[in-house]
Amino acid sequence: MSVYDSLDSITEELHKCMKCGNCQAVCPIYKETRQEVGVARGKISLAEYLLSGEIEMTEGMADRFSLCTTCMACNNNCPCGVRFDKIILAARAEAVRKKGLHSVKKIAFTALKMQRLFDLGMKTGSVFQGVALKHLPHKSDRIARMRFDIGIGTDKVFPMLAKKTLRSEYPEVIRVKSPKMRVAFFTGCMINYFYTDMGKAVVEVLTENDIEVVIPKGQGCCGIPASVNGDVISARALARRNLREFEKKGADALVVACSSGGTAWKHVFAELLENDPEFKALADKWAGKSYDIAEFLVHQVPFKKEGLGRVSRKVTYHDPCHLNRGQGINQEPREILKSIPGVELIEMKEPGRCCGMAGSFSLVHPDLSVQISDRKTADIAQTQADSVATGCPACRLQLQSGVENAGLEKQVMHTIQILAESYRAGKKEKKRS
Amino acid sequence: MLDRQVLQELIQVLGSENVLTEQEDLLTYAYDATAAMKHQKPDVVITPVSTEQVVEVVKIAANYKIPIYPRGSGTNLSGGTIPVQGGIVLSMLNLNKILEVDQDNLTATVQPGLIIQALNDEAGKYGLIYPPDPGTVTTATMGGSVSECSGGLRGLKYGVTKHYIMGLKVVLANGDVIRWGGKTVKNVTGYDLVALFTGAEGTLGIITEIIVKLIPAPEARKSILAVFDDLDKAGKAIAAIIRNKVIPATLEIMDNDTIQTVEHFVHAGLPIDAEAVLLCEVDGYKEVVARESVLVERILKEEGAVQVNIAKDDKERDLLWLARRTALPALAQKRPTTVLEDATVPRSKIPDMLKAIRGIAKKHNLQIATFGHAGDGNLHPTILTDERDVEEMKRVHLAVDEIFQVAISLGGTLSGEHGIGIAKMKYLNMEFGEAGVAALRRIKEALDPNYVLNPGKIVRRD
Ligand SMILES: Cc1cc2nc3c(=O)[nH]c(=O)nc-3n(C[C@H](O)[C@H](O)[C@H](O)COP(=O)(O)OP(=O)(O)OC[C@H]3O[C@@H](n4cnc5c(N)ncnc54)[C@H](O)[C@@H]3O)c2cc1C
Ligand code: SF4
Ligand code: SF4
Ligand code: SF4
Repeated sequence: MSVYDSLDSITEELHKCMKCGNCQAVCPIYKETRQEVGVARGKISLAEYLLSGEIEMTEGMADRFSLCTTCMACNNNCPCGVRFDKIILAARAEAVRKKGLHSVKKIAFTALKMQRLFDLGMKTGSVFQGVALKHLPHKSDRIARMRFDIGIGTDKVFPMLAKKTLRSEYPEVIRVKSPKMRVAFFTGCMINYFYTDMGKAVVEVLTENDIEVVIPKGQGCCGIPASVNGDVISARALARRNLREFEKKGADALVVACSSGGTAWKHVFAELLENDPEFKALADKWAGKSYDIAEFLVHQVPFKKEGLGRVSRKVTYHDPCHLNRGQGINQEPREILKSIPGVELIEMKEPGRCCGMAGSFSLVHPDLSVQISDRKTADIAQTQADSVATGCPACRLQLQSGVENAGLEKQVMHTIQILAESYRAGKKEKKRS
Repeated sequence: MLDRQVLQELIQVLGSENVLTEQEDLLTYAYDATAAMKHQKPDVVITPVSTEQVVEVVKIAANYKIPIYPRGSGTNLSGGTIPVQGGIVLSMLNLNKILEVDQDNLTATVQPGLIIQALNDEAGKYGLIYPPDPGTVTTATMGGSVSECSGGLRGLKYGVTKHYIMGLKVVLANGDVIRWGGKTVKNVTGYDLVALFTGAEGTLGIITEIIVKLIPAPEARKSILAVFDDLDKAGKAIAAIIRNKVIPATLEIMDNDTIQTVEHFVHAGLPIDAEAVLLCEVDGYKEVVARESVLVERILKEEGAVQVNIAKDDKERDLLWLARRTALPALAQKRPTTVLEDATVPRSKIPDMLKAIRGIAKKHNLQIATFGHAGDGNLHPTILTDERDVEEMKRVHLAVDEIFQVAISLGGTLSGEHGIGIAKMKYLNMEFGEAGVAALRRIKEALDPNYVLNPGKIVRRD
């Protein structure tokens, strides 16, 4: 029985919690609110009351379960090995079964599900964002601020919709002279619609390493925003669609450059489709060959070190929760950064601390999200780095918003973009000599 | 349920955002870290930000005779923050500032909601430490630890919380605010109320400011792990170290059950078939540490340790201590319910106590893992059980009764550091006798005649 289907599935997980309170030490929400519902222990006790039938799922209960960035810091710090990520997923799925989706989130998912809306925005020359977003002058990034409040505050800095989606910029198969292997690229929505520069860097680095890249046209959102909020039906539909499309194209491996997309392919699809033998088998198969881009470059390729040119940047690296704790990848991006000539890696105080973005969490709890982000920004400011690298577009958005609002001159980018920059510099150096 | 009038008054003082009344929030204040305790939902949870607000709240509570339960992080192990009679839970977490670190007098003045580790981090900047060091140092508050008089891993050499509390600001049950003690090293004016309120578990007053003593951070430290194939030998080794006039900062024991569980969890390289291990740390000036560590190593070997390892570097040391710190929570993974006791005996009696605990486990057919701050005589026999098993729980209660009988008969005490709360009220007679308990009650009634402050803890109303 999966956590998406029934609250009973977490009975044993709940019993493991001894209420020691250790999770308080690391929970970003608790740090801001100092209220017991903020921390894992509080939400665990609510789930216990639900399971025992002492109280029912109320709107208020669903609200309390929305108080979690699913950063998994509590999992890591729990001496009893409580998997709080499972508990929160199960509780949210139960909340949706009993109470329906939260209204703000409903908007967000509808938008995500209907990629047509985005596509339309692109075709009509990004009209919609011209109305809603105020372009900000910025030396390197196309970012904007909300002109009016649609319920998430006007403080947040947004990336502009790209002129063309990433997927429309490339043929479905990008060939190289003598391919070592064929790799499928799951672009994810943020990279496809907003941060196409990240996607291009991925393609650039892969082809530079003699890898043929396939970008299935029919792929869609990973569905994580839906599954973490309990919208299991949408999440399942998205999972099936992605599996079908990638299976059609076939590849030796699959790479992802966003942390939730990676988590989806590695873990979530199989869990969602547990009761669907055909798709479960597909999900398992693809899970076995899914890699985060940094992981792939370091362990599977491994990436070429010759040809790396000088990039003069002082970089600090932010660990995305779902890459670091979710997939256990934290050394690989650093290894890549350290291998780039000219890059100086300066660690911030708590690189693994949640940035507060957490997808739709920031939509539902904008103030909390900003408070959490402010701590991150302060840590970044302390490093004196000029660039902030991370492994996830959602984190990039949050970090960028943070530094922008603090008036800091720092460029926020994906690790892979710096690597691509280095290969480019390498080529220039070669030409010159 | 609370009267609407009372709620209105509370909101007037604190603002509605600091007054929680929804059941979904209240339910999360119905428990603390104590195992197998009945949950009880409060009527309201409030979060003041100043002493003045606390005073106003206490006056409202006094006026309507509504119970009020001060609460820090809720990590206590004696049921101390469970609102047994309903009423007001007073969360102190928003009173969380460090008001001052005074380098000239080696003191710090802090608010009660401050997390202990935050004080350590700040003191560290001045080369100072705040020695009390409970396992929950990264989560527990200063107010909670003063009120429980927490101990911890360094108790043997550095003592417990009460040895570091120099002054307090307290709101009494009638709303009066008193300050007692201060920054002077010597202070013998009047009754020692600082000592009285330290360990009072929120039953006599609400602490809103604390002056603590800081000490210079030790220059060096060395950790030593000794492995024993016989629990008694480990017990005797403890007494031998102290008899030889070495006072380690820490001297901890873990029995086989504990070792196995902890090792499974942290992979610190503990010997899983050992009967017991002792973890010892000496600290101080470099020269002293060098001399004492050699001495300790020799004594441990003489007392029959089959293996003695000195941690090579900080990393090894940290891993060992992590192992010890996670002992309790790791044990909790074995069975759903973990009943942790806090029996404490004069340290020369440690071998007797260990033997007695083993006998009790056998007699009642229970799994009892024992670890603890053996150097100061403070053991934590931990019964691994399942509160859903009614029959087994009966045996658990019998075993607990016997553990305390033995501890007292060996000249020990009911609690070395976790306090009395609800959990151990019924044993107080055993230690103090009728007259002693009556004296406690007279103190309670002098300061809180209506039993408004944390009722149902330590002293029961007659
Ligand atoms: C895993 C684990 C390990 C532990 N290890 C140790 C250990 O090594 N040593 C040790 O001594 N304890 C230990 N404890 C027990 C516990 O952590 C300590 O008692 C701690 O000091 C409690 O602090 P708190 O902030 O959580 O207080 P709470 O549990 O919130 O409150 C404790 C008591 O203090 C009262 N109180 C709180 N704030 C105030 C105030 N401002 N004014 C008046 N009264 C107040 C409360 O009413 C209550 O009676 C451990 C607990 C756990 C779960
Ligand atoms: S740390 Fe784990 S066991 Fe402790 S309260 Fe949190 S979830 Fe429960
Ligand atoms: S997952 Fe993160 S935000 Fe959620 S309860 Fe755990 S630590 Fe807090
Ligand atoms: S996390 Fe990545 S793949 Fe998933 S929805 Fe967001 S952008 Fe799309």
